[in-house]
Amino acid sequence: MLKEISTKAFALFLLMLSFGMNAQEEVHEIAPQHEGDKDLKTEIKDYINHHLQDSYDFSLYSYEENGEHHYVGFPLPVILWDDGLKIFSSSKLNHGESVAEVDGNYYKVFHGKIYKTDAQGTINLDEEHHATNEKPLDFSFTKNIFVIFAVSLFMVLMFASMAKSYKKNPLPSGMGRFLEPLVLFIRDDIAIPNIGKKHYRKYMGFLLTVFFFVWIINLLGLTPLGVNVTNNIAVTFALALMTYLLTTFTANKNYWKHIFWMPGVPWPMKIILAPIELLGTFIKPFSLMIRLYANITAGHIVLMSIIGLMFIFKNWLGSSLSFGLAFVLALLELLVAALQAYIFTMLSALYFGMAKEEHHDH
Amino acid sequence: MDKLIEQFSFGLFFWQLLLFLLLVLLLRKFAWRPILNSVEKRETGIKDALASAENAKKEMENLQADNQKLLKEAREERDSMLKEARQIKEKMIADASSEAEQKANSIIASAQEAIKMEKQAALNELKKEVAALSIDIAEKVLNKELSSKNDQMQLVDTMLEDVKLN
Amino acid sequence: MTIPNIVGAGLIVIGAGLGIGRIGGQAMEAIARQPEASGKIQTAMLIAAALIEGIGFAALFAA
Repeated sequence: MLKEISTKAFALFLLMLSFGMNAQEEVHEIAPQHEGDKDLKTEIKDYINHHLQDSYDFSLYSYEENGEHHYVGFPLPVILWDDGLKIFSSSKLNHGESVAEVDGNYYKVFHGKIYKTDAQGTINLDEEHHATNEKPLDFSFTKNIFVIFAVSLFMVLMFASMAKSYKKNPLPSGMGRFLEPLVLFIRDDIAIPNIGKKHYRKYMGFLLTVFFFVWIINLLGLTPLGVNVTNNIAVTFALALMTYLLTTFTANKNYWKHIFWMPGVPWPMKIILAPIELLGTFIKPFSLMIRLYANITAGHIVLMSIIGLMFIFKNWLGSSLSFGLAFVLALLELLVAALQAYIFTMLSALYFGMAKEEHHDH
Repeated sequence: MDKLIEQFSFGLFFWQLLLFLLLVLLLRKFAWRPILNSVEKRETGIKDALASAENAKKEMENLQADNQKLLKEAREERDSMLKEARQIKEKMIADASSEAEQKANSIIASAQEAIKMEKQAALNELKKEVAALSIDIAEKVLNKELSSKNDQMQLVDTMLEDVKLN
Repeated sequence: MTIPNIVGAGLIVIGAGLGIGRIGGQAMEAIARQPEASGKIQTAMLIAAALIEGIGFAALFAA
């Protein structure tokens, strides 16, 4: 029975590979301590959960043999700030199965987060199953950060070589032939119409970087590597924060005037409008953050559930139907990956344009 | 919302912000600026090339128009020169013919004059000759004793035959 | 998830769906009327849809 379930789980992973899909469950289930008494649904949920969350090591997949977990991948450094910098390899945590001892402190992973424990690794829970243990400041170089780092490196290499190719030949060559139209699209269809010819150059660096970064990361999320960066609220928050800061610190007088003293309306309205407008400046980047996060997360959850359906239907008709549905949805996710990158860039450009709008009569 | 806040990983946020800022700065320096600059350079180059081609075309047109004008002028000049030449020729011919006529007339007139004078002179000569002859004949007749009327007549005839107006 | 949450989520989805559907429909109509302006219409449509979507998601997370 155990053997059968783990083969099924492995087959599920292979199918995920073929779809290039992954997802992260929002609701963290309490991981059952005993593998034997799980039904298939929980098995699928746990499997997805376990392998596609941000983790302290880079493992492509795992399998079970003789009741032991075997992971294929490599460990990453864990960096903690707990009365001094603590750096150790994530292999010490052993995928949350053992307690890491560093300089006399004990750490254990619980629900994807590191907690300080005693030597036995006891996690104290409150009534809502939240851990009450102390949490050290965690700057670990996790799987997601590894992917962000790798993507950044890849982008620098790719675009720097593209830039270099222009020195020899004014026409794009190689990758540039594919990338140049995209760069021009962002310049001509996103930056210039929204920001204006006068100021757009200042923002091009951010717009181009954010577009390609989000797009590549989204696409990577669809590959079998099991990485999912943009469905972390921290990542989208960082991106949206940059948009907010850029908007706020490059805004001209006209922008602030429109927020605090809206021209063209009677003065009682001005007083009412000021807090609304001020709130609006926060809501704009907030919606950017939520949109990217929610779209990617929702897409992944839906797709994973449909792939999981294949195993819950135990007949050829239901399974092949959900196979077809998952295929179509995977194609849709490809579109969403590009569309969300576009929307993020577009709306950022729109906000920058608002910040840079010159005075004109209403 | 609570779940979102609970899920929030500060480490991930920190690294993402740091790496992304670095990425933006690096790419801006090593990629976007050179790429956009060279693309812009190329675009302005193309624009300039197009404009200069347009200019060249216009210049060409101007040149052609000039050529056409010159050609037209030359043609007109040629035509007027030809016309003038023709006029001169006609005038010359007319002049020459009138002169010749005059000359001929004067020649004819002088010839006629000469003929008249010759004739006059000849007549005068003839008159003198006739007078002399008459005197001769009369002498001879008078010298010869005219016996008969016949003889007289015969004599006159022979005389006349001799006279023969040369 | 409690029942009010689920009902609220359903209402949000209905509202956002109606909104996005209307934007899409109107954009189609506009494109049919002025095919040469399709690029601008598409951009405006995407922005409007994204804004509604943002509100929808925000509400969904609140629910």
